[in-house]
Amino acid sequence: MTTPTLALEVLRAPRARPANTAYLISLAALGALTLAAILAPWIAPYDPDQVDLAAVYASPSSAHWLGTDALGRDILSRMMYGARTALLAPLIVVISSTIIGILLGLLAGWRGGWVDSVLGRIFDVVFAFPSLLIAIMAVALFGKGLVAPVIAMSIAYAPFVARLTRSLVASERSRPYVSAYRVQGFSGGWIATRRVLPNVTPIVGAQSTLNFGYVLAELAALSFLGLGVQAPTAEWGAMINEAQAGLLGGHFLPAIVPAVAVVIAVVAVNVIGEELSDRIGGGTPA
Amino acid sequence: MTAARRVAGKLGGLLLTLFLASLLVFFSRFLVPGDPVTFLLRGRKPSPEAIAQVTTQYGLDLPPWQQYVQWLAGVLHGDFGRSLQYRQDVAAVIGERLPVTLGLVVMAGLMIAVVGLVGGIVAALNRGRIVDRGVLIGLTVLGAIPSFVGSIVLIAVFAVQLGWFPSFGSGDGGVLDTVYHLVLPSIALAVVFVVLVGKVTRSSMVDQLGREHVEVATSRGLGRATVVRRHVFRNAIGPILTVSGVLVAGLLVASSIVEAAFGLAGIGSLLVQSVDRLDFPVVQAIVLLVVLAFVVVNAIVDLLEPWIDPRSAAGAGAR
Repeated sequence: MTTPTLALEVLRAPRARPANTAYLISLAALGALTLAAILAPWIAPYDPDQVDLAAVYASPSSAHWLGTDALGRDILSRMMYGARTALLAPLIVVISSTIIGILLGLLAGWRGGWVDSVLGRIFDVVFAFPSLLIAIMAVALFGKGLVAPVIAMSIAYAPFVARLTRSLVASERSRPYVSAYRVQGFSGGWIATRRVLPNVTPIVGAQSTLNFGYVLAELAALSFLGLGVQAPTAEWGAMINEAQAGLLGGHFLPAIVPAVAVVIAVVAVNVIGEELSDRIGGGTPA
Repeated sequence: MTAARRVAGKLGGLLLTLFLASLLVFFSRFLVPGDPVTFLLRGRKPSPEAIAQVTTQYGLDLPPWQQYVQWLAGVLHGDFGRSLQYRQDVAAVIGERLPVTLGLVVMAGLMIAVVGLVGGIVAALNRGRIVDRGVLIGLTVLGAIPSFVGSIVLIAVFAVQLGWFPSFGSGDGGVLDTVYHLVLPSIALAVVFVVLVGKVTRSSMVDQLGREHVEVATSRGLGRATVVRRHVFRNAIGPILTVSGVLVAGLLVASSIVEAAFGLAGIGSLLVQSVDRLDFPVVQAIVLLVVLAFVVVNAIVDLLEPWIDPRSAAGAGAR
């Protein structure tokens, strides 16, 4: 039996392999984005919504490091404030879908039988709805904004987590330590939640981080489509949406900067997620 | 298990999934609190006629399950109700826009297949070498470029800066002109999905390359090309097909992003526009069609698998 591992212990664990440069760069990039997001109100050089018609489409300079957009707003400041939504919303989705998924997967894998079959069929149905489609559907029902899509995507991603948890739990169930607890008279529920759950959580958690990038891209796409965060608010997808008109006029920066940021965030999270999965072992990256 | 029973079982599962999905699509409306007429006619000044029309269309004066039966009966006859924004049948509105989306998805699908397969095969044959690493890094980077980012970059570089391709619309209707207009959009659509096919092809091939039957074939003096073609690739095809089936729904949904970016009048942009203009009947119909496409394509993949690889049928029977 492997001892339960916390995500933090894995992060700090001595590496069996030489230091992975891509992993370190990704950690640094994600750390920088997170810091920028948290500290935005204090370190952003301008108010993200401050219109300056004297500086429309300014090129990068010491005053505006990343230039300005069609309304003369400072792109760097908008990026920093935009990072808050860009990172926080997927974080909520990943955490809640992981919790829902682990609970359902534990239930299906531990109980087996008809509970397992019914849940499996429900997962199959949810799989038939791509997550972005569920998010769009949520907007159609409950109106624009990110609240409904975040809830909808938490549900859309839960079956992926649940299926992995289910298979891990099902194989744990036949391990000798489970029988040992049973013989000692511990209840099934106690063994499942106190002994089996901690063994599968690190693997599932590492896999879930891989969802973060997809969710980030999908929520930004939703705002790009004009269905998520609404236009004047600084958010990466919404910024690209606003910048589309200028793009045709040759003003690339207001669209390219948030686009590049999305790619950097997605790559960084995926590299980190894969490295974590490798270190923990078990489960194959999707 | 006989082939007929296997097919029947698959079809049963397919119908069950479709049935449950239709319940979800239909009853999602009931999650919205309040009067359904108010919900369906949001943002409009409802005239008594409009209210009467929506009430009959959805059978709002009937109990919920009868509403569902009435709706489903219509859907099975190709009647998805009337669009609130176009005042036309939803089926007609969708039918008009379907060709652009299908063209886009087919072109993107071809690109994904070619680049993904070639990349995966090249990487697998050079596994562990620098070429392999290069392909893997390339695939990972492509996989991190969401469709809207790809669209923006392609428009900036190839439409605005170089002026090689149009940035807007689907052309004058001629086949060549349409294909020309769809080049950038389909690249933007394909990019993020290449990584899936590429990585599965590589790992599936690598798995086969290490098997004994490949060594035997090689030791019998068969040429490298023959071994790869007949003993490695043929066996590696199963997982590749499975992943391709899963891609279909993703492509259809992501096409809404690409269509919006390139101003294409397909069902993806229709979906977004209908959400924006509160045209719920159209939204419902498109969601249902995407799910239908996903389920049907995956069922076809499932049924094709034993035909391509008879072992999977035998294996399934033995279990």
